[in-house]
Amino acid sequence: MLKAQKSAAALSRHASRSFRRGLATVADPPVRRYGGLKDQDRIFTNAYCRHDHGLKGAQTRGDWHRTKDILLKGDSWIIQTIKDSGLRGRGGAGFPSGLKWSFMNKPGWEKDKRPRYLVVNADEGEPGTCKDREILRGDPHKLVEGCLVAGRAMNATAAYIYMRGEFVQEAAHLQQAINEAYAAGLIGKNACGSGYGFDVYLHRGAGAYICGEETALIESLEGKQGKPRLKPPFPADVGLFGCPTTVANVETVAVAPTICRRGAPWFAGFGRERNQGTKLFCISGHVNNPCVVEEEMSIPLKELIEKHCGGVRGGWDNLLGIIPGGSSVPVLPIDKCGEVLMDYDSLKDAQSGLGTGAVIVMDKSTDIVSAIARFASFYKHESCGQCTPCREGTTWMMNMMNRFVEGRGHRREIDMLLEITKQIEGRTICALGDAAAWPIQGLMRHFRPEVEKRIDAFRAEHGGVMFGGRMQGSTDPTLALPDNLGPNLIEAGDKPQPTA
Amino acid sequence: MAGSAGMLRAVSRGTNTGRLGKSVCSSSSRKAGRRQLSSTAPRQADITLTVDGKEVTVPQGSALIQACEAAGANIPRFCYHDRLAIAGNCRMCLVEVERSPKPVASCAMPAMPGSKVWTNTPLVHEAREGVMEFLLANHPLDCPICDQGGECDLQDQSMRYGSDRTRFHEITGKRAVENKDLGPLVKTSMNRCIQCTRCVRFANEVAGVEELGTTGRGNDLQIGMYVEKTMDSEMSGNIVDLCPVGALTSKPYAFHARPWELKNTESVDVMDAVGSNIRVDSRGVQVMRIQPRTNDDVNEEWISDKTRYAYDGLKFQRLTTPLLKQGDRFVPASWEEALQAVADGLAASGAKGDEIQAVAGHLADTETLVAMKDFVNRLGSDNLALDQAGGTAPPVHGVDVRSNYLFNSTIPGVEEADVILLVGTNPRHEAAVLNSRIRKSWLHTGLEVGLIGERADTAYGYDYLGDGAKALADFVAGKGAFAEKFKAAKKPMIIVGSALAEQADGAAAFNALAKFVEKNKETLVTDEWNGFSVLQRIASRPAAYEVGFVPSKKASTTKPKFVYLLNADEVDPKSIPRDAFVVYQGHHGDLGASLADVVLPAAAYTEKSTTWINTEGRSQLGRAAVPPPGASREDWKIIRAISEATGSPLPYDDVLALRDRMWELSPSLVRYDARERTSSPIALAGLRALEARTRGAAVSGRAFVRPIANFYMTDPISRASVTMAQCTRAFVKGEEYGFSGSREQPEAAFA
Repeated sequence: MLKAQKSAAALSRHASRSFRRGLATVADPPVRRYGGLKDQDRIFTNAYCRHDHGLKGAQTRGDWHRTKDILLKGDSWIIQTIKDSGLRGRGGAGFPSGLKWSFMNKPGWEKDKRPRYLVVNADEGEPGTCKDREILRGDPHKLVEGCLVAGRAMNATAAYIYMRGEFVQEAAHLQQAINEAYAAGLIGKNACGSGYGFDVYLHRGAGAYICGEETALIESLEGKQGKPRLKPPFPADVGLFGCPTTVANVETVAVAPTICRRGAPWFAGFGRERNQGTKLFCISGHVNNPCVVEEEMSIPLKELIEKHCGGVRGGWDNLLGIIPGGSSVPVLPIDKCGEVLMDYDSLKDAQSGLGTGAVIVMDKSTDIVSAIARFASFYKHESCGQCTPCREGTTWMMNMMNRFVEGRGHRREIDMLLEITKQIEGRTICALGDAAAWPIQGLMRHFRPEVEKRIDAFRAEHGGVMFGGRMQGSTDPTLALPDNLGPNLIEAGDKPQPTA
Repeated sequence: MAGSAGMLRAVSRGTNTGRLGKSVCSSSSRKAGRRQLSSTAPRQADITLTVDGKEVTVPQGSALIQACEAAGANIPRFCYHDRLAIAGNCRMCLVEVERSPKPVASCAMPAMPGSKVWTNTPLVHEAREGVMEFLLANHPLDCPICDQGGECDLQDQSMRYGSDRTRFHEITGKRAVENKDLGPLVKTSMNRCIQCTRCVRFANEVAGVEELGTTGRGNDLQIGMYVEKTMDSEMSGNIVDLCPVGALTSKPYAFHARPWELKNTESVDVMDAVGSNIRVDSRGVQVMRIQPRTNDDVNEEWISDKTRYAYDGLKFQRLTTPLLKQGDRFVPASWEEALQAVADGLAASGAKGDEIQAVAGHLADTETLVAMKDFVNRLGSDNLALDQAGGTAPPVHGVDVRSNYLFNSTIPGVEEADVILLVGTNPRHEAAVLNSRIRKSWLHTGLEVGLIGERADTAYGYDYLGDGAKALADFVAGKGAFAEKFKAAKKPMIIVGSALAEQADGAAAFNALAKFVEKNKETLVTDEWNGFSVLQRIASRPAAYEVGFVPSKKASTTKPKFVYLLNADEVDPKSIPRDAFVVYQGHHGDLGASLADVVLPAAAYTEKSTTWINTEGRSQLGRAAVPPPGASREDWKIIRAISEATGSPLPYDDVLALRDRMWELSPSLVRYDARERTSSPIALAGLRALEARTRGAAVSGRAFVRPIANFYMTDPISRASVTMAQCTRAFVKGEEYGFSGSREQPEAAFA
């Protein structure tokens, strides 16, 4: 709040100054600064679960207010509103939501007698991400209402909410909300008295990360192994149980009613062009006050951390790097962290991504190699095993990263590792391969000297290392080793060997 | 897997069904696939696209990989198989498509009109090399001791896309996976598995073994039966062919031969009446293995396990020299002595006219049947019996109109039917390959199946209507939900088991069916469709009916004095008069030989080039892969020689003359690979005659019994086969079988 006022004052000062001293009659456009979302503009007003999460409490916060009128405005109005609001998918990929929902209403969709489904992806499993659970816990009615509104927009007959199995309290709260909504006639047959029938089902998964991928989620809902499907056909044509389906993130769905109520221009007024809206950010790691906070899009990363999290532990200069969007995006070093804005485009330009908005802050005490190696083993563990590059590659990368943590390797193996990441990236059915490759690419892009230092230190201490991590000392010196095992390669960091 | 009525099963992953999908979608009026959770878009017109600068036109809905193949571009693949659902997981078939930033898996991408595709760019090569490196990273590279060597997709493709040396040196080593024991047929070496899931898809979609699947995920993904059990399917051998690497190999063939040592002979299978097209791989005088040959009209690309693995029976129990019975033992004799003994026996028995009986067994080829019939007729006899229950009497359905005993709707026609009624048959055991077609149709279309007869575990769900003629009568009367469905069907089909004619109520059942077909001829017998199909289960039977190898009414009541058993090994010993002179001609020392006074050794199906007529009436030519063992001779030549010895020589001296004689009998016998359909008026006339003949047949109410109790042992070859004996123990009796080896001797012991 304070910051926003200050910046507004700065703006006016700037404007008045140019007006006073400049000879030109056309003023520079004011530099807009983002951030400082006002309380009245927050959508998730019970994100911290301090108030009643039930129907009564939700209604005092404005949920279910004239939902009937929204429904009666019809599918095209809702979709146009969402399009105008500039809402992009909050699950990570950032696909424009209005456009995505409109795929369900292809010309002649009425003739298709199949049921149509909205599937809400509440399988929040990305390391560092904890925004959806706050919605599910504090504002479950926002999601239920969102299901109804989004479902109306795509003329869906039912919504399935696929929730991560570990979420127990969240499931209880959401189920309570669904039951209350049914009891109050808000959903079910003749939802909100609009004449529109809509059901909401909650399904709890078993905790596999890959089930958060939209087609794997559909497979899992169908009772099969959670393995991503081939696209095409896209879920909008052939999805859940062979019917038209749209999978959307919890946050995307939950903001829809508020956008419809307060209008697209209100929502579009936040954030930069093409990155409009507000967003829940979850900041974890080495900050003084890790939190989940709703903020305006395009807020500078530094401001987000300073303002809501009490700054980096030990001050900004103690920062090593930040992963701005959950485990599947590349890490940013401190200099980039000071510049970037928290939106899709700015982070993309910085060779990272907004992802789910899960900011993982790491100060100088972090072993960055070990951190990324942990990610590598996470992706190895969560790879579904369908596609060759991901199945074999994640294991290979994990093994190499585990060696690099102690430096047991060759410098040239870093390039090999990067080559392997390139062999995985973009070669798989789903994006898990990409997600596994990017953190490693980010590490090597910004922290390669650190990895090289470890390799050198390890070699200095323990002697030569062959490719793959075998120690040269453990080989039988009487046997001739092939050169491609790398025993005789001199590394840049090696001390010159004393010649005999 | 209990075959309960109305059972529904879901396919695990069927996003696209390849050729299946196309054939299914072409009959687009069908209601949407019920048992599949997803469906493909209906096929429409052809589309044109450019592959490597070449324009190519393919049907809409084809996969990009098919378009590339059509353009002559060779796309490497592991998981893609055009008869299985698309998995798209090996990522070997990546190609570059215009306006796509990433390489595209061509098997999973539908061909789009006007798109430009490149299959040979640096990006494509780099991508495929990357995939190949990953595949080889965890592959044991034990090609020298791998049975797949020489016919391994991974080996072949690594020649093109593999590096000459590895970058994989991780101290954590390669993945190690425990071998699974799938039974006596399929040997597993799971370290070699590249998780293409072809076997899983085959088992789920074609064979109906839904227990084969993947467990674990990521690098720990394993193929297996979820729990420790054998893969109980009569189609399991096909996963050996499907496996692109050496993870699944043939257990009986293990370490026996290399593919480049083998001579390939294209032939026809005789273990059932489907006439599956096979390739006999032989080395020297030995049949080393039997592989399927593609024929979309018959067996697609699959063969049953009996077809594939019964070949070792060709090595045991063989008759290699003529034998004469002296007292209670057989003594070897020369052919001259044996032929003279037959002639003397015939004269001494005093058999005249119909007292001379010939019994045709399961494995008698068409040429021999013709020669036998001519020979017996020359001796003034019409007593031509068949080796089956009631085979000495004229068959219930008669042989005057061939549509009365043939599979009229054709084997591919099964996929067009929308309702199938099975009467007194379990196609899974009587024609395993055909059964997989029914399953395919059942999975991908709304096919409904009903069964009258003994309950059986077919690989699909069915409505159980009852066990005998009573249930059939109810169905004919239109009682029950299934009868309603059958009435409403556009292309209904009745599959009548060949054993129905042998049942106590066979005549009554045929009568009811004939009346029913007559009544519903607008749907059952039209110009395009004949839904009345008799499923023969014995390779020689359709040919026997075609050439009229059946007794006359008078002959069937005559007590024979001279019995000629032609490959007849199912014969009831009590049915042969004690004082009759018995000659056995065949290749195995089975039951028939033990009854004989003279045994004449003949050639088995891999040792002679003869004609076989399958259950559709399709005539196919088998070819000799190896010479007959010892002194055994081709069958028709033996009969020709006997006719000489008995002083009434047959008028043909070589097989061409014999085939001319077959042409005289029925031209369709020698119109190879073609199938002639019976026109609908004639088919209806045949049914009317059948109805008239069986009018007033008594109904005893006894249940129809299945003719095959043990799928793995139905003829002298499979009964002599060690592999089939092991299968019987493992699958039929559920015992631990011998020679498994995988449990007590780990693979490493051999390495």
